[in-house]
Amino acid sequence: MKVLVPVKRVIDYNVKVRVKADNTGVDLSNVKMAMNPFCEIAVEEAVRLKEKGVASEVVVVSIGPKAAQEQIRTALALGADRGIHVETDEIVQSLTAAKILKAVVDKEEPQLVIVGKQSIDTDNNQTGQMLAALCGYPQGTFASEVNVDGDKVEVTREIDGGNQVVSLNLPAVITTDLRLNEPRYASLPNIMKAKKKPIENTSAADLGVELKASLTTVKVEPPPTRQAGIKVGSVAELVEKLKNEAKVV
Amino acid sequence: MSVLVIADHDNAVLKPATLNVVTAAQQIGGDVVVLVAGEGCGAVAEEAAKIAGVSKVLAADNAAYGHHLAENFGLLIAELGKDYSHILMSASTSGKDILPRVAALLDVAQISEIIKVESADTFVRAIYAGNAIETVQSADAIKVITVRGTGFDAAAAEGGSAAVEAVDAVHDAGISAHVKEELAKSDRPELTSAPVVISGGRGLQNGDNFELLYNLADKLGGAVGATRAAVDAGFCANDMQVGQTGKIVAPQLYIAVGISGAIQHLAGMTDSKVIVAINKDEEAPIFQVSDYGLVADLFEAVPELTDSL
Repeated sequence: MKVLVPVKRVIDYNVKVRVKADNTGVDLSNVKMAMNPFCEIAVEEAVRLKEKGVASEVVVVSIGPKAAQEQIRTALALGADRGIHVETDEIVQSLTAAKILKAVVDKEEPQLVIVGKQSIDTDNNQTGQMLAALCGYPQGTFASEVNVDGDKVEVTREIDGGNQVVSLNLPAVITTDLRLNEPRYASLPNIMKAKKKPIENTSAADLGVELKASLTTVKVEPPPTRQAGIKVGSVAELVEKLKNEAKVV
Repeated sequence: MSVLVIADHDNAVLKPATLNVVTAAQQIGGDVVVLVAGEGCGAVAEEAAKIAGVSKVLAADNAAYGHHLAENFGLLIAELGKDYSHILMSASTSGKDILPRVAALLDVAQISEIIKVESADTFVRAIYAGNAIETVQSADAIKVITVRGTGFDAAAAEGGSAAVEAVDAVHDAGISAHVKEELAKSDRPELTSAPVVISGGRGLQNGDNFELLYNLADKLGGAVGATRAAVDAGFCANDMQVGQTGKIVAPQLYIAVGISGAIQHLAGMTDSKVIVAINKDEEAPIFQVSDYGLVADLFEAVPELTDSL
């Protein structure tokens, strides 16, 4: 069984985000970039399926600038077998990303696509669901457990108030939640080995997908700041303030 | 212009977040139609018909919709939604699961977790874990949107008298099935709609110590939440997580106990009316956003607070 894992290059989650002074977006010049954390979880899950003998090949795909090759290499160092780089300097919105991935799915015919539930830059939480819709595949979103069984996959989903288990016909799309697994670190030998693994370079045009954007960013602003209040000296003073000043208890 | 609101419910009762979505729909303008799709959900449709400002309720009652499977819901909503200018649903796990699928089927973008309506085509949302606020304009004929409940007041649950119209369309994609559901049973209010939320962080040290927070919550009629660090450490269930990747809350009173105040967590609670922080580290960033800060050992302060209320 072939598993396809889309990964995204995003700002490193440790970097302090700064909004540009002209309010056109977030300042990404000279900041550390990394693989989106939810995508790391997706790569890890695919590699574990391979180690268990369930998956035969793990293919990673990334849509992004030349530098997105770094994230593909990272995934290869974590155990993926080969990469596909859909190179573009444009900002690709979710629906277009899903259409590009659909074209890759049509070519590669994976039985399972494992994708991060959201990227930590745009926080959209859309691409996996959109890809599933375009392919006509079922979707197991916000997965905390994945069990492949014959021509079906059982997915435990994190939903409001608890968990839901669904059974999906393969091929299927799974989106990862935080608790699905803890991604490993790449070892030095594996990083060296990854350099020899193949990465195919392609483009949206090669895949027959037009880069369209129906959403326009009007402006990006820093969040409103909340003023720090006062420090109280004791529990008694806190209770007094909550009762008489804030009037919330 | 007309707005289709997809109701969030469990086939028995309407989830309160639907009321906030109705308010967002009213701010967009035009007729507000609510779709209640489920199995044996007649009572929910009746409830939706009473919401002030709703002009019509569509009821799709069929076994195919019983468990809100996105594959079946997607087909249904994409078919019905063609006649509307906007399709809205709460940014619940259902809304996040279903609406991107609907948008792709309609070949339009989806706008996630709006917190404000600027106009019928322009909306405001948080990006980068709440570190930036984006105003986004859509050129699509149909705008498919999930709504963050904390950004909008709840519409009145009573006062309307909309007609309920049955929808006969049955869409069973036949590619997915519900196996089981494990929902935490609790007498406490639901986290996202509770008037008071007490949240614990890594400072609680273990899961047993969350009992201190439950005692306080019961005294105040509140719900208990947690930070991602506390959830990852196994102190409590994942659905208690408050933050950008968890639940977004905006109660009247938010008490942060043993929480340092990572931006990821703050993104989920800074819209609370009054924030109290109890932490023994006086340098903790949480104090920068709290109205009342108490530098104290939580193991002494929390029981004392519970006793004095």
